[in-house]
Amino acid sequence: MRRKLASAILILVALCALFAPAIAPFDYDRQFRESPHAAAGGQFLMGTDNLGRDRFSRLVYATRISIVLAPAAAAVSVLLALMLSRFSSLTTLCLSLPWIFLFIIMRALLPLDTGPFASILLTFALMGVAGWAWPARIFNASIRQIRQSGWLLQARASGMPSRRIALIHVWPHLRAIAVAQFRVLVPAYILSEASLGLIGLGVAEPLPSWGNLLAELQRPQAVSANPWILAPLGLLMLVMICLEEVSA
Amino acid sequence: MRFFALICPCLWFCSVASAAELRFGLSGDPKTFDPLHVLDDNSEVVRYLTAGVLVRVNRVTDKVEPELAESYKLSPDGRAITFKLRPNLKFSDGTPLNASDVARTLNTALDPKQASPKGDTFRTDQGVPVAKVNSPLEITIRYPAPKPDLERLFDALSIIPVKAEKIPSSAGPFFVSEYRPGESIRLTRNPYYFQKPALDSIRLDIQPNKDIELTRFLRGELHFINKLDPESFDRVAKEKPAAARNLGASLDSDLLWFNQAPSSSVPEWKHKWFTSTAFRHAISESIHRDDIARLVFRGHAHPAAGPVSPANKFWFNAQLKPLPYDAAAASKALASEGFKLTGGVLKDRDGHPVEFSLITNAGNRPREAMAAVIQDDLKKIGIRVNIVTLEMGSLIERIARTAQYEACLLSFTSVEINPTEQMNVWLSSGAQHAWWPLQKTPGTQWEARIDKLQMSMASEPSQALRKKAFDEFQQLVVEQEPIIYLVNQDHLSAISPALKGTQPVAAPPQILWNVGQLRLE
Repeated sequence: MRRKLASAILILVALCALFAPAIAPFDYDRQFRESPHAAAGGQFLMGTDNLGRDRFSRLVYATRISIVLAPAAAAVSVLLALMLSRFSSLTTLCLSLPWIFLFIIMRALLPLDTGPFASILLTFALMGVAGWAWPARIFNASIRQIRQSGWLLQARASGMPSRRIALIHVWPHLRAIAVAQFRVLVPAYILSEASLGLIGLGVAEPLPSWGNLLAELQRPQAVSANPWILAPLGLLMLVMICLEEVSA
Repeated sequence: MRFFALICPCLWFCSVASAAELRFGLSGDPKTFDPLHVLDDNSEVVRYLTAGVLVRVNRVTDKVEPELAESYKLSPDGRAITFKLRPNLKFSDGTPLNASDVARTLNTALDPKQASPKGDTFRTDQGVPVAKVNSPLEITIRYPAPKPDLERLFDALSIIPVKAEKIPSSAGPFFVSEYRPGESIRLTRNPYYFQKPALDSIRLDIQPNKDIELTRFLRGELHFINKLDPESFDRVAKEKPAAARNLGASLDSDLLWFNQAPSSSVPEWKHKWFTSTAFRHAISESIHRDDIARLVFRGHAHPAAGPVSPANKFWFNAQLKPLPYDAAAASKALASEGFKLTGGVLKDRDGHPVEFSLITNAGNRPREAMAAVIQDDLKKIGIRVNIVTLEMGSLIERIARTAQYEACLLSFTSVEINPTEQMNVWLSSGAQHAWWPLQKTPGTQWEARIDKLQMSMASEPSQALRKKAFDEFQQLVVEQEPIIYLVNQDHLSAISPALKGTQPVAAPPQILWNVGQLRLE
């Protein structure tokens, strides 16, 4: 029952993101300059931000970006981790690299007329590619244990082909780790996107994302003025809980 | 026993609190305690509080007042100044201070090996000044050519002791008595200073987090916050109305400019727009400055009238008024220049859609919001703006070296009211000449005129004539708009009602400038 409910919520969130232009009452960048910091209710379901932009519309459009790109980047990281986990020295090397400088260099190399969407796509792609080493280390440890197991020895001794061993015997053991890593990486990437905004690689104005909406929580006093600022955090937590239920 | 253990810290706290100790936050550790090598704001605060200077500029009256020098006399030709020191002056370690210490300090500051930023202010194109010790209490400093406002320079020259130490002794009202890196700095009253300040000591808590600093102020643990953002200021105004102090417009200006330097990254047609005064003026007219002040700074900013903030009362050209928002007039002006609005997109006479990228530094939320307002305003006249936020290093690289950008949104921060302070921005040959750094020769007549006026302001001894030149310069900048001035943010502070004697001003060091008169009740 819980699983069904979680699936329904995820489908609902995905549909909202897909049909954002139909669901959001206003464009995400429309400024109602006479109504900055408007309270929730009436014309604005969740109130407005400092420029008078409708918070609900921005959340709907932000969901569209974050719900697709963060899981996609997490999937890329997990996939790369699975493929490269056996190269333990490469993993250690990647973990020791100062990735932040790579991100800064990338931003500096990007042409200035790169649109906000292309910029955010590249950001998540870079996160996906750069983030494989952490899960790879866990896969590596797990694979080492599997290699020493008796059942693997028996499978080999019985002449089972390597591909079949990997698919039928090893993968079921790694699947749980892959799912757990995926779950850890999705919120991490959403928050990282907000942090990358500090070096100019996040979502640029006026495009909204969960990351830059969550960045507003840095000012606790703003939350007391309009608790709907917490809505992106609530939605993120809801999506993560539902993902856990569905994948359990 | 437990009761005694509890009461002891309370008694200790009461005894500490009863001593006249001023407490405030510093955003980070000072990089240096050497007064001649101060570059960062935190070091400058410590320098100012411990500085023994010959004269001090009164930040309210703008008059030069005697400090370690009981009097001074300027030569009629404006090239020399003679200071007469007070008798029996001493550093905080008890060693005597006389005219030879002043000469040694000046010579150290001017020594090229020292690369002292304080020394730079004393240099001129004609050469460096020469110090001559007339007697232990008298010194003459002579320049090869007249130097305007010569006496004011000595407000920033802290006399240094012979013994070079990491934390040197001080000739000012306070000296550094304790430094705990990352935690706090304690300044204690200099017992040998010629005047006795009302405060016994000052504790500067290293407090990088602005929210924690605000919470501590509201709890009564700090006596003031020198600079608040508009949101925090509104919170103080709500919770402690008596503590909220809006000092009015600050000396800082938020602005934008177009890249006019020949650059491979700017297409030829865009270069034509950016070098057109009519285009720049139309952009300026299409930006709603009042909305920026109201939305981005919660009303704690004012539309800028020109390159000088009205906070700089003497040098500001009062004839200048902020350009009102008028999108219709801007569209009309653009149309007369051959621009056409087609399907909501403005195109130039060759059919190129008018769009440009606007770079600004990442992580500065008010500036990003300002960029969003500008983007929305220009969209209304058919111009598409692509906002690009860059890490500060990359941004400086683009605007100062590679010229690979189209437009830039930044702010200029002034620490002095002296009009020559921003000379490196306005001289066409200046390294920080915003719209075209290190220009070999002025590109236009008005740029040549700006150069001439700048040079005249730097060398003209008559203040009236310098003011006249500066007024003309401001008028020219407003007419040509190589830099589009947007708003002047207010300087917002919080001062505990327990702190008396404050006369906060917009120029640094806002609240602390008259530290000698500050007292706690």
